[in-house]
Amino acid sequence: MSFLANIGAATLGFIAVIGRISIFAFQTVSHHVRPPFYPREFVHQLMYIGYLSLPVVGLTALFTGGALALQIYSGGARFNAEAVVPSIVAIGMVRELGPVLGGLMVAGRVAASVAAEIGTMKVTEQIDALVTLSTHPMKYLTVPRVLAATLTLPILVAIGDIIGIMGGFLVGITRLEFNAGAYMSNTIDFLETGDVVSGLVKAAVFGFIVALMGCYHGMHSGRGAQGVGRATTNAVVSASILILGSNYILTEVFFSA
Amino acid sequence: MIELQDVSKAFGSKEILRGINLRVESGESMVIIGGSGTGKSVMLKCVLGLIHPDSGTILLDGEDVEEAERDPFLAKFGMLFQGGALFDSLTVWQNVAFRLLRGSLKRPTEEARAIAIEKLRRVGLTADVADQFPAELSGGMQKRVGLARAIAAEPEVIFFDEPTTGLDPIMAGVINELIREIVVEMGATAMTITHDMTSVRAIADKVAMLHNGKIRWTGPIAQMDDAEDPYLSQFIRGSAEGPIEAVR
Repeated sequence: MSFLANIGAATLGFIAVIGRISIFAFQTVSHHVRPPFYPREFVHQLMYIGYLSLPVVGLTALFTGGALALQIYSGGARFNAEAVVPSIVAIGMVRELGPVLGGLMVAGRVAASVAAEIGTMKVTEQIDALVTLSTHPMKYLTVPRVLAATLTLPILVAIGDIIGIMGGFLVGITRLEFNAGAYMSNTIDFLETGDVVSGLVKAAVFGFIVALMGCYHGMHSGRGAQGVGRATTNAVVSASILILGSNYILTEVFFSA
Repeated sequence: MIELQDVSKAFGSKEILRGINLRVESGESMVIIGGSGTGKSVMLKCVLGLIHPDSGTILLDGEDVEEAERDPFLAKFGMLFQGGALFDSLTVWQNVAFRLLRGSLKRPTEEARAIAIEKLRRVGLTADVADQFPAELSGGMQKRVGLARAIAAEPEVIFFDEPTTGLDPIMAGVINELIREIVVEMGATAMTITHDMTSVRAIADKVAMLHNGKIRWTGPIAQMDDAEDPYLSQFIRGSAEGPIEAVR
């Protein structure tokens, strides 16, 4: 009986967390369209979340594109299909690996730091101080971060896609003896607008998820160093799981037909 | 004037405030004393609307704080937090002028900076700290910056949460004197929570003792030492013997 009770309690707890996150997400979206706005905070977050994440996303894409070219060449060689390397690298990067790996890398960097920063602010009463200074914490802390992440991740992923395809190209012409012109032409010919758009939409959704999870767990951080540490871990884990889950749903929406 | 009428607050099954009745007149400096965990901070946060009481009414100049419009209501308050609660990402002057850089009290940046530097001078800090970050300052300097921020917008009511905690006795004395001077100079209503009896004697016009979620004793500072309440006497003497249970 206690076994069933434990399962019931865990299920109810899980549903309660989903409810709280949904309400938090709804409130965040509603605050996006209601003044006051904090443009200076937004610009600061654009720099921090967008510009400073570029090296991480770029390096991830470069190595992934290179490894993908090697894998596809090696697999394709089993049925004489080595020529598909450029098109599969491009489609794989733009549709899946660019947004998903970019999202996961930004989750590791941004969700963790946002949760730690806001969690520390909560523990040291800085959030209470914001309220007493007539500033809504959600407008001042959450909205600029969520908006900045939602807008910058598609740009980061677009740059990451180009770098990833270049990684595949470099491996293709240096290690796999592809002709440079033919590789580029194959890449461009097979890539469709829908592939790029679907990847960028995914990136925007992942950006929203990353910042939302960072802010949610920071705002709900427990007391002390342990509370902030737990909030940081939960932010990264939940953002990563939600990115992978929503990636499947978005893939169904875009490509199931 | 601030008035609390039968204010109660519980967290889960734990009752923190159990029918608080307290009146603080305009321009008066009221110090709330009591042991750790007796609900002093919760009471202050209830007045500010950071925590909503389960029952009872809190009035500011006769208006129910729960029904007051938040922005103009909060503009009447300044608060010095226990740990300073300065924003790490902002410089000292930006912390002090926070309220003056945004919202309904927004001023041009240069004017806000000038006011911030003037307030920093008022609390004994020179203009060269204005562009430093809070992490670069000592604990005592951070408290002064917190005090400058609390008074920057010339509030009608100032709250001080454990203003001398973590400071050496000399710096604590300086902060106590500053608080007293500023409150008198501004004519503001002040509510201070502390268990530092030196602070109480330096800051208070009136004292209220909170114990077990209720106001045990309240009266002018001049009557505190002669009061016959055994809880208050034990607290003032700092004795382990008495009705307040001390865990050894």
